[in-house]
Parts: sequence; C-alpha cells; structure tokens
Amino acid sequence: MKKNKNLARPLGSKEMDELDLAVKVDAVTMVFNMASQQLNSLKEFFIAFARRELFFKEFIALDTVSFEVHKGDVYGIVGTNGSGKSTMLKIVAGVLEPTKGACSINGNIAPLIELGAGFDMELSARENIYLNGALLGYRKSYIDEHFEEIVDFAEVREFLDLPMKNYSSGMIARVAFSVATVIVPDILIVDEALSVGDMFFQEKCEKRIGELIEKHNTTVLFVSHSIEQVERVCEKAIWIEKGHLRMNGTVEEVCAAYRSMRE
Amino acid sequence: MNTRHLNFKRDGFVLSSLVSKDFKLKYRRSVLGVLWSILNPLLMMIVLSAVFSFVFRGDIENFPLYLILGTTLFNFMAAATNGGMMSIIESASLIKKIRINKMVFPLEKVIFELVNFVISLIAVVIVMLFFQVAPTWNILFLPLLLVYMIMFCTGLALILATLTVFFRDVIHLWGVVITAWTYATPLFYPIQRLPEFMIAIMEFNPMYQYVTYFREIALWAQTPSLEMNLVCFAMGAITLVVGVAVFNRSQKKFILYV
Repeated sequence: MKKNKNLARPLGSKEMDELDLAVKVDAVTMVFNMASQQLNSLKEFFIAFARRELFFKEFIALDTVSFEVHKGDVYGIVGTNGSGKSTMLKIVAGVLEPTKGACSINGNIAPLIELGAGFDMELSARENIYLNGALLGYRKSYIDEHFEEIVDFAEVREFLDLPMKNYSSGMIARVAFSVATVIVPDILIVDEALSVGDMFFQEKCEKRIGELIEKHNTTVLFVSHSIEQVERVCEKAIWIEKGHLRMNGTVEEVCAAYRSMRE
Repeated sequence: MNTRHLNFKRDGFVLSSLVSKDFKLKYRRSVLGVLWSILNPLLMMIVLSAVFSFVFRGDIENFPLYLILGTTLFNFMAAATNGGMMSIIESASLIKKIRINKMVFPLEKVIFELVNFVISLIAVVIVMLFFQVAPTWNILFLPLLLVYMIMFCTGLALILATLTVFFRDVIHLWGVVITAWTYATPLFYPIQRLPEFMIAIMEFNPMYQYVTYFREIALWAQTPSLEMNLVCFAMGAITLVVGVAVFNRSQKKFILYV
C-alpha cells in the first residue's frame, strides 16, 4: 500500500472547537490480519509460520475513509452487511485503533454499541446499574443522584433486587439503555441498539434520543438496518460500501441513492 | 480529550465496583459465606500438617504455623496470577465495546485476592493463638511485604494476561508451573533438607524470598535485614516494570484477538 502524503494526526479539542467539529475522521484505514487472528495456540502459530501463511491474508475493512461531523449533527451511517459500518463506529468510540489515519473526537462519548455489555447476570439490577455505570465512566455520586431516573425509565422498580438472569431480554435492554443514556453525552453512538425490545420501548428510545438532540445539542452517529429509521432520525448520512466511502450528503440524497443501488 | 491518561478517580471506582462484584459472586449461595476464606486455609493446614508431620517430625518448631504462613502467601500469588491471566479474555465483551483502561482487569484480580488474603490472615492469627506464638513488633513489616507481593503479582498477572490473549496455551501451562513452583518453594519442608546447590538456586526464587520474609516477621521474631528488603523490592519492581511494558506494548491489539 502506498503511504499517505498528508500525514493524518489527531486534532486537539481547541482546533476542533474552532472548526465547530465533534468528530473528524481523517483518512482512516483499517486492515485486519485474517491469518494471524485465527491462531489461538502455539501449535497453530508454528504450523502457520512453517507454511508461511502468517501475516499474509489481509482484509481491508476501511480504506482511507474521511468525513467530518459538526456539533449537533445527526449522522446516519448506511451500508450493506459487512461493509465496515461497525468497524467505523468502533474507531470513533475509541475501542479500535485505526491502522492508518486518525480519528479525533471532541467531547465525551456514550457508546450504545450492543447494549448490556458488562452486565453480570448473577447480580441484581441495582448492583448492575452501579457496575455498568462505573464501567461507562460515571462517578458514584452521579449514579446515586440519577438512580431513580434510571429505574423509572427502565420500568423495573419491582424487580430491582432480583438477579438479572431472571429478567426478560427486553427488560435487560431497558436497563442497559437507561444506564447508557442517563448522562447527557456530547456524542452518542447508536449501533443497532434499538432493534431489541418491543415497539413501545423502541419508541421510547427514539424519543429519548430526540430529546438529547433537541435539548442538549448532542451529536449523534446512528447505524441501523432499517433505512426508514435512519431517515426518520437523521439529517445527514454517509454511505459506506465495502470499506469505501460511497457518498456523504443529506439523508434524503444518500438514502435515495442507497435504495436505487439495492433495487 | 485526555481519556488516554490514567484517571485515578474513574479507574478507582471501576476497580472497587469490580472487586465488590467478585466478592459478592464468590460467596453467593454459600451458607458460611466469607467464613470460608478463614476456614479454607485452616482445613488445608490441618490436612497438610497431618501428612507432612510424619515426614518431617521434629524438624520444624510450630510446624502448622510454618505451613499456614507459606501456603496462604503462596496461594495469594497463585490465585492472583490465575485470575489476572484470565481477566482480559473474560472481559472480552467489554473490551470490544467500551473504551476503558484495560489494565484495571488484571489489577482488579490482584486486589480481590489481596482482600481474600487479608481475611485469611485471621486464620493465621487463630493458629498463632493456638500455639501461643506471641507477635513481636516485627509484624509491623507486614504492609511492606504486601507492597512487594502486590508489585510482583501485578507484574506477573499483566505478563500472563497479555500472553493468554495471543496464546491460550498459557492457561494450561500456568497450572503446571504453579504446581511445580509449589514444590520448588519450601512450603512443606525445611530448606535445610535441600542439597547445597539447591539452596543456592533458591535465592533466585521470589516466592522463597517472600515466604521467608513472612515467616521471619510472624514466626521467628526476626527483623528482615535491609538486604532482604532490597532483594524483595527489586524482584517485585522488576516484575512490575516488565509486566507494564509488555502489557502496554500489545494492549491495542487485544481487541483483535479476544
């Protein structure tokens, strides 16, 4: 692969403020090394090494993708399965480090990537709310203050001290969502999170996200399989296809183009 | 944005939450609960001293106390490194989704086992009372020993956790190493039983140094020499530095392998 000439570097929050940016993705490339990832034991490692299969099969999940998200923007990300949407979100969330390029973030992030990570099903909802809050980076005093709010939103008051293994999946999703959105984040990342739970819960989640956007000027990155949902929630959108940025524009333009491609 | 720096307040709360989680889970649904942390070393000591007092009859004064001091300290190391080793792959779902300081996971296991060790000290006190071994002011060196142990165990846990992410073989291997190490450390037998050259090699066994330190302050009423303190500190510090370096070098790649 040829080297990028304008070396991408992360921006400081001051520069971001001047440009009024929340997220700046600068020529991000993500390469996965497929061969070496499947090796989980020394034996496999040596076999692969002897066969010279090591470090060979590369998979480019994202290829020099660049885009900017301004503060208060509600951005949808569309694309077919396996096109690199989730990888993009993980890079923005700071979970994955890009192979090349840089991703700069201005503000605190609430990742709603697969709800309920970090719940321990043996513990009660009360204990899990504190544990999950801690893992998401909240202070204890903050959880204390907002505990009632979380419980009310999740509608689990009667079951607070029951182990969560006895909860339905919808109840678990409700608790997870309410813990994750109790803070007012500068940037909210939503990845298929709303596909769990019943209709009423989905409506409630959309309402809460709408509230964050309107009242608190939260920047949102939104990924969903339902293109209708993207159109309903977002103002702008990008379309990622096979690791390339196909299109970047208003949600109507992008969704129209995406639809016509599918047909 | 400064999330990359260690945030003591945030990580402190994460650590205490995880420790209390582990603690609750460990004793959930057991009738005697936390009492097991005291009963377990006591029962182990009774079994082991019943077996080994036939072999080493009269060699060691207060043999059960000699034994329990060694086994509790060694078990602290074994449990902490074992827990630390598994901590990263067990938190895979979290690491993949939340930006978090990954070092909290191995560190938490060490702290959790430290808490268990401190509780099991009650068992040691019971044995001391039983054999009427009066503590001397040397026992005040205990916190120092714990600092050395925490450094040593954390360093090992970080190395093991890193290796385990890339090669799961480490899990199977470490079980064997721990067993071998148990016998290679004079926990059940007096060091004088060993041949000359083994005694010389033993000086390089960190666990021998720590166990001896523990026995000096709790059983033999000796003040650990400055030299011994330096050796114990150096072994802990070197392990910790290597552990942190190894862990930091590869932690960005963890997400691809867990």
